[in-house]
Amino acid sequence: MSSESIALNPSDESTRPIGDRLHDWVTTVDHKKLGIMYILYALVFLVIGGIEATIMRIQLIVPHNHFVSPQVFNRMFTMHGTTMIFFVAMPIMFGFGNYLVPLMIGARDMAFPRLNAWSFWLAAFGGLLLYFSFIGGDGLYGAGSAPDVGWFAYAPLTARVFSVGHSTDFWTLGLLVSGIGSIGTAANIVATILCLRCPGMTLGKMPLLAWMNLVMAALVLLAISPLTAAQIMLSLDRYLGAHFFDTQAGGSAVIWMHFFWIFGHPEVYVLVIPAFAFASEIIPVFSRKPIFGYPVMVAATVTIGFVSFTVWAHHMFTVGMNSYANSFFTISTMIVGVPTGIKIFNWIGTMWGGKIQLKTPMLFCIGFLFQFLIAGLTGIMLAVAPFDWQLGNSYFVVAHFHYVIVGAILFALFGAFYYWFPKMSGRMYNETLGKWHFWLFLIGFHLTFDFMHIPGLLGMPRRIYTYEPGRGWDTWNLIITIGVLFQAAGILVFVGNLLWSRLRGPACTTDPWDAWTLEWSTSSPPPEYNFATIPVVRSRRPLWDIKHPEDPDWKYE
Amino acid sequence: MSSTSLASSSIESEWVLPSRGRVGMFCLIAAESAIFTIFVVAYIYYIGKSLAGPMPKDVLELPIFATICLLSSSLTIHFAVGALRNGKSGIFGIWWFVTIALGAIFLVETGREWYDLIFEKGLTINTNLFGTTYFSLVGLHAFHVTVGLIGLAIGMVLALLGKVKQEHSERADVFSLYWHFVDVVWIVVFTVVYIIGR
Repeated sequence: MSSESIALNPSDESTRPIGDRLHDWVTTVDHKKLGIMYILYALVFLVIGGIEATIMRIQLIVPHNHFVSPQVFNRMFTMHGTTMIFFVAMPIMFGFGNYLVPLMIGARDMAFPRLNAWSFWLAAFGGLLLYFSFIGGDGLYGAGSAPDVGWFAYAPLTARVFSVGHSTDFWTLGLLVSGIGSIGTAANIVATILCLRCPGMTLGKMPLLAWMNLVMAALVLLAISPLTAAQIMLSLDRYLGAHFFDTQAGGSAVIWMHFFWIFGHPEVYVLVIPAFAFASEIIPVFSRKPIFGYPVMVAATVTIGFVSFTVWAHHMFTVGMNSYANSFFTISTMIVGVPTGIKIFNWIGTMWGGKIQLKTPMLFCIGFLFQFLIAGLTGIMLAVAPFDWQLGNSYFVVAHFHYVIVGAILFALFGAFYYWFPKMSGRMYNETLGKWHFWLFLIGFHLTFDFMHIPGLLGMPRRIYTYEPGRGWDTWNLIITIGVLFQAAGILVFVGNLLWSRLRGPACTTDPWDAWTLEWSTSSPPPEYNFATIPVVRSRRPLWDIKHPEDPDWKYE
Repeated sequence: MSSTSLASSSIESEWVLPSRGRVGMFCLIAAESAIFTIFVVAYIYYIGKSLAGPMPKDVLELPIFATICLLSSSLTIHFAVGALRNGKSGIFGIWWFVTIALGAIFLVETGREWYDLIFEKGLTINTNLFGTTYFSLVGLHAFHVTVGLIGLAIGMVLALLGKVKQEHSERADVFSLYWHFVDVVWIVVFTVVYIIGR
């Protein structure tokens, strides 16, 4: 198939001067280069956010520790949360979406390539603005500080009197700027999927990854915007003396919580739906079976999208709402469990009776399945308002959402890295190192986050910088921090594997996994124009049809 | 690629997808609607919660003339796009200019209202919650009108240079979606600020 690729760019990439190649990357509007830049940028921030988490865990390893001051600890948890959500998880999902969606729907690029580049650079500058707070947070005088208001920045902590200097403003501006970039990317993804599908690819024949990115992008449009609005209000409060969140003038601190979580909860689904997308592409290929229940998967995804807008105040049970609100948000939160449960059954149904190949991407997806299930179960527990009154703002909650974000989302992401690495780089990763990464990270993850539930149940609140000995928290905190070492070792193996394989890995073929979606029909890495001729598809697995002309899928769909 | 053997020509010839410009603009409108929703919710939530005056009923007057101007500009931009679709560039330019004029009148009227509120009636964004929510909601809308006017002005310059032709009617159409959206938002703002809030 690759024999048909056109030599548009005959000069060999590696012989061109480095300045030219750099210039290409900085000025590019190619969705694949932008996707890779998103991913690399997010990986840098992943390491930074990981270092911040490690600093917190070292501080908490024993009671009465003096590794960092309380002030630094506050900055660390604020920066860790903000970085991981806005400058790791979001850009990495956008990166994969950018790279994969046009390839999977048989398009030559995104619908608006220049908007795409603009969005990326906004996201990048948003991250720089946030981190500039370390040197610019107190203005030109003083040692500088990062924001320390927590990643959800409740009022009145963010009021000018309680947050002097500019650290909160860098937080606000960073999120505002990257949020505008996110809206641009989301609009781009929606337009690409609706308007650029190759002939024959009706909505019902799209790969599930495209479907889920469509839902994710719709969520971004409707969920990031409230955050943008709230950030504008906060800036008006801080700079023009407005009173939105100023209780002294009759304003409300609770309305900030509502505005933040109207963004904050759908945001969880913005991140987890692409993780579902990776699992939905990887599990079938390594089970050698088509996905089980395609239409139900699509329906469940869309349902999750809708329901996710009705659950936000389950983050606010401990704030004190009336019993009607408590009941409503308890019930709506439990309803989310239905479509997500359906998805888990569909993935298991896909694996059931399949010829399962335990390659690294599949291992990570199996880890994702189990851990997502447990994360969902503790989620159902926390959805019950009285239970949440007891455990809200404890380490149980921290353990729960890290189970979602690390155990589910990050595991699926690692699976995606290994699965599409050959396509993106043209080289094969090292399977042994991949397995080392999986097992190290799995052990570290469970040491840290399984045992983190227990001090939460024993009453340890989140965000404390130290604790008294003899409360029964000591051993658990020690184990939690030991788990971090394993996770860090896993990440080192991962980064090492990526670097080594990119430079020295064996060249790989167009289709190393014998997969079925269109990105595997073009060369690895794909040429700038993606497809020499725009493909025409007749089923959900176009490459299966090509490989098995005697028994094509479209006869049965 | 061997997939061409699978290609039935009927699939390709009937393959029509929505215009990316319209879809992109609808996405922008969806996101902007969410932003305005939050500001409108804040406005409604804070009605009557100001601790000190001036209150809306004391200082606000219905901006009837400005509203008529802005709403009729939706009609004129519709005529402009329709004219361009039929290839009448001259008539397009006239309607486009009228749209700009109507939008500009609206902005000037808003400016006069703000001048009156700030310098005569002593209401600023930090006077009370009414001032906070009023200036931010009306200001956010006026900002969108301003952005729209800049876009319209660029279109006008291109039209005067004779560069706007029939084949650009889709772009003009996509832009007009934004302008209609700004008008619809004004209906919401007008209802909330000048009718419910007063």
